[in-house]
Order: sequence, then C-alpha cells, then structure tokens
Amino acid sequence: MLRYLLNRLLWIPVVLILLSLVTFVISRLVPGDPVKLAAGPQARPEQIEKMIEEFGLDRPLHEQYLRYMGGLLQGDWGYSIGNRRAVLPDLLTYFAATLELTVVATLLGLLVGIPLAVVAARWRDRWPDHLSRFVSIGAVSVPVFWIAIVLQLVFGQLLQWLPVSGRFDPRQSYPQSITGILLLDTLLAGNLPGFWTASRYLLLPALCQSLLVVALITRQLRGDLLEMLRKDFVMVARANGIQERILWSRYLMKNAMIATVSMLGFLIGFALGGSVLIEFVFDWPGIGQYATKAALLLDFQVIMGSTLFIGVVVVVVNLFTDLAYRLVDPRIRFS
Amino acid sequence: MASSVSPPSSRLARWREDHASQLSDLRRGLFRFARNRLSLLGLWIVVVMLGVAVTGSTWVPFPGDTLGDVHMDNRLQPPNATHWFGTDDAGRDVFTRVIVATRTSFQVGLIILGVAISIGVTLGAVAGYVGGTPNQIIMRLTDVMLTFPGIFLPMALAAALGRGMVPAMLALSVTWWPGYCRLVEAQMLKVREEDFVAGARAIGASQRRVIFRHILPNTLTAIVVKASMDFGFAVLALASLGFIGIGIQPPEPDWGSMIALGRRFMPGAWWISTFPGLFMFVMVLGFNLLGDGLRDLLDPNATVK
Repeated sequence: MLRYLLNRLLWIPVVLILLSLVTFVISRLVPGDPVKLAAGPQARPEQIEKMIEEFGLDRPLHEQYLRYMGGLLQGDWGYSIGNRRAVLPDLLTYFAATLELTVVATLLGLLVGIPLAVVAARWRDRWPDHLSRFVSIGAVSVPVFWIAIVLQLVFGQLLQWLPVSGRFDPRQSYPQSITGILLLDTLLAGNLPGFWTASRYLLLPALCQSLLVVALITRQLRGDLLEMLRKDFVMVARANGIQERILWSRYLMKNAMIATVSMLGFLIGFALGGSVLIEFVFDWPGIGQYATKAALLLDFQVIMGSTLFIGVVVVVVNLFTDLAYRLVDPRIRFS
Repeated sequence: MASSVSPPSSRLARWREDHASQLSDLRRGLFRFARNRLSLLGLWIVVVMLGVAVTGSTWVPFPGDTLGDVHMDNRLQPPNATHWFGTDDAGRDVFTRVIVATRTSFQVGLIILGVAISIGVTLGAVAGYVGGTPNQIIMRLTDVMLTFPGIFLPMALAAALGRGMVPAMLALSVTWWPGYCRLVEAQMLKVREEDFVAGARAIGASQRRVIFRHILPNTLTAIVVKASMDFGFAVLALASLGFIGIGIQPPEPDWGSMIALGRRFMPGAWWISTFPGLFMFVMVLGFNLLGDGLRDLLDPNATVK
C-alpha cells in the first residue's frame, strides 16, 4: 500500500508538468494578438511593446515555459488582461461555487441512477429495463445547454417557481463566506431562509448537470448487478430459500456498488466538465463561466489557468478515489 | 445447404461457404438487433437524418434564409403553416435553417472523428504493439489529455485558434483522439497474445503486416461501436462551441448558435431555441441508441449467456 502510494505520488509532478505543457502549447498558438486586444484599440505601439515585454512574449519558447512553470509553482498564475485581477485567487473563489454545484449534481444523479439501475436489472428485458435504457441514453443525448434553457423557460418564466440565473437573491444580504459553499455557510450560520434561497438557486443547474451522472451510474450499476446475478453465490443463496429482498439488499447491492463507488471520483471529474455550459447558461459564478467568458474575450491567461486548474482538480480527485477504493476493498489492497 | 453437396461454382457461393460461421453469427445478431425496438428506432432516426443531411438543401422551403437574407416585416413569427418552426429575429425560416445545419454538422462530425480515429488508432497501435518506452510516453500523454474533463480543452484550443468553423473543427479533432488511443492499445495488448498472431509471425510476416492485416482488423468492431456513439457527441460538442460563440458563426446556420440567438428572445419567441435543440436531441439520441444496440450485438461477452 505504501509503495503504491509513493509510486502514485511520484507520478503527480510528471502529470502536472505534462498538464502545464499542454496548456502552455495551446496558449502560444494564439494567432490574433491577445496583447493588442487587451491593450485596447487606442494603445500606442510602445505601450504594446511594454506589455509584450511584461508578459515575456519576446523571449525564446523554452524560457517562456520555464518562466510560466516557475510562476505556477509560486502561485503566480498570471492575471486577467480583462480586469487585471490575479487568476489564481479568482479561480479559488469560483471553484467553491463549481464544487457545490458538482457535488449536489452528483448526489442527485446517484439518487435517481441507483433505483433506475436496480429496477432495470431486476426486470431485465421487461419494460422497466427498456425505460431505464431509454432514460439513460436520453440523458446523455440531450444537449445540456438546450435543456437548461428549456428548464429556465418552463420553471422560471412560465411557472415562475424557481430563479433562473445567479447563485443567490440579490435583494437578500449575501451570506457571510466561511467555506464559500453557500449551502454549508448558511447552515453553519443557522440561516435557514438563506439555505432555502440558495437551494432554490441551485436546483435547476444541478438537475441539468446530474443528467450525465444518472446515465453513467445506471449503465454501470445495471451491468454489475446482472453480472452478480450470474454468480454461484446467488444460486446458493436462492437454493437456501433466501428472500429476494434480502438477496438484493445484502448480497447483490453490496457487491455491485463497489464499482459504482469507485466510479464516483471519475464521475465528479466528468460532471466538472459539464459545468462549463451549465454555468454559462445559469450565470453561475463558477470556473466554467469564468473560462467561457475568458474564451470569448481571448483572455488567455484566464483560459489556461482555468483549464489547468480543472486538470489538477481531476488528478487529485482520481488519486483520492483510487486510494479510497483500495482501503475499502481488501481484494485490491492485498493483491 | 446445396453448396455443401456439389462444389460451389460461383465465387459468391464459395465466399458464402468460407464465411458460413460469420454469416450465421451475423444473421443471429441481426435477429437480436431487430428484436430490440429501441435499437431499431435508433437505426431509423440515423437513416432519416442522413437523408436530411444529404438532400436537405434541395427541398427546404426557403433556401435563401440559410445565409444573409433579411425579412424584417416577417420577424419573430410563431410557428404556423408556412413557417413550421417560426421565424427568427431577421424573419428567416427556422425550419429551413435547422434542416440545412444538419449537413454542416454531419460533415464536421465526420471530419472530427476521421482525424481523431486516425491519430488515436495509429498511436494506440504503436503503443500496444511496441510496448516499452514508446508505450509509456504515448499512454501518459493520453492520460493527461483525458484528464481535462468535458469541453474545457477544446474550448481553450478553439478560442486560441480564433472563431469559426475551421478552428472549432480543428480543436475538436486534435482533442478527441485519446479515447481511441486507449481503446486500441488495450485491444492490441489482448490480441497480441493470440495464437493467430504468433502464427503470422512464425511464418515470417513483417511487423507492419502483423499490425495492419492481423491485429487491427480484430479491433475494428470496438472502434466502430465507439465511433457510432461518438458521432452524436462530436456534433453536440461542435454545437456547444457554437452556442458559447466561438464555433460556427452566424449567419451560417448552426444548431448551437441558433439556440444561443433564441435565448435573447426567450420568454416571447421560445421557438427559435426550442426547435433546433429538439432536432439535435433526436439526432444524437438516434446515434446513441444505434451505438448501444451495436455494442450489445458485437460484444463477444454478450453472446455467452
């Protein structure tokens, strides 16, 4: 276990170097001059000259990369040429919002996906199975930015049940930030109306983001359950006259859930990817929205910063899932 | 069968005899496929969509509306008998634009997958067959590319390359290959150990011949299944870039940018966003249902029951 852990930890710097290399290469592809864009149409040539020097764009490429890498390590992720703010602190602020959305979406996805998988496996090739297949394939097929707009139209504008943009009611005082995660902050402060408001703002975007999770969970768990059903221990249990209900809850689910749990980290990574468009549509102040706005303005340090940040988050999440998986399942720990 | 009694005379009959077991597998597979209504539905959707993509521009009611035509007297009309999906803010027929966008989407989707499969299969084959250091380098790069979730990386790349169809296509093509690389590598590692590969090598087949004639054809099934599901996703990704505003630019018809346009007129003129999205949903659903059915059909594990 320790050796494995060391091995994994040693890989992390390598992966991070590769990640930064990818974003660095992309950032140097920009053909339209981002500096000129940032300086504005009235900029004098010497101003542009000065900015090029400031960004180090006149140096040889390897020097630029080392400079970029050195900056990253010291917490200098560059700054937005749009609003001149440093990228890393902003990323950390926005990340709390993205994390909140992603975690809630993943939980919602589990809540729907697990029962859907169980009924599909229980009544294989009957209508519940077909329904579950249709729902999970439908959930990945729907353009997420479109369903977001349709939900906004129906629940926000026609029925007027839920707010459609932002993270909190601008007319109420914004909760004091403790963790940056509004649901937690309001609960910690004992602010129940605030919790209610934050939940209402969170519901629609989380619902959209959970679609992907529902689809993946349903397919995975259904397959694992069907595989378990073919195992000998199931036949033995049935021959001993065990109740179906107990067979499912104690024998099958416990075994089949292992793969699903190990997928959780991967799912969170996946859901993070979906945050780009959802945050854009719901005006959710997270990393996805930060990155899309930057992409439109060609604010390249922000684009590269957010891409790299998300990459790092996924690497870390994957590492923890792997470790948790090993701790939970002795068969893997001792192999 | 008659051909087993007398020696087969025509080449077709001989071919059928040589491939009898594959043919019966295929027939059984088709039977299973046809029994699954959802897979059939997928097949139908894909066929109809292909037809729309190929012929659409010849029969749309308002061909002029695909580009810069403006009919201000006719703007924001709700769906009616002449304009099935209504009209947009410049009075253009939404139905026409949705239909015509199909062709572009399909073309771009094909190019994206074509490039991605070429890169992914080549790298995966090299990594899987050669092994050692090349394998490590290629697979670590693949891992890193797969680390960036969703549309983050293509978005960054497309933004860097500039707006429009070509940058978006390029960005998606060069970020889409890692899945194929990983798939082919895993398949190669498996197939490499089979007896028929050892046999080919024993009779002196060159390395290239072993890879391209003996191993790769055996990974084809997996690639086809993945590609049939990926096609819908590639089209979706292209539309996502259009929606954000860095993909295909209006007035060029594109589902993503049409949906983005409709957002500006949202509660009132709901049809501008709703119909392109619905159409795209049906298309992606078709490809996914088909791909899912194909996977069940071609998955060798599924036949052992």
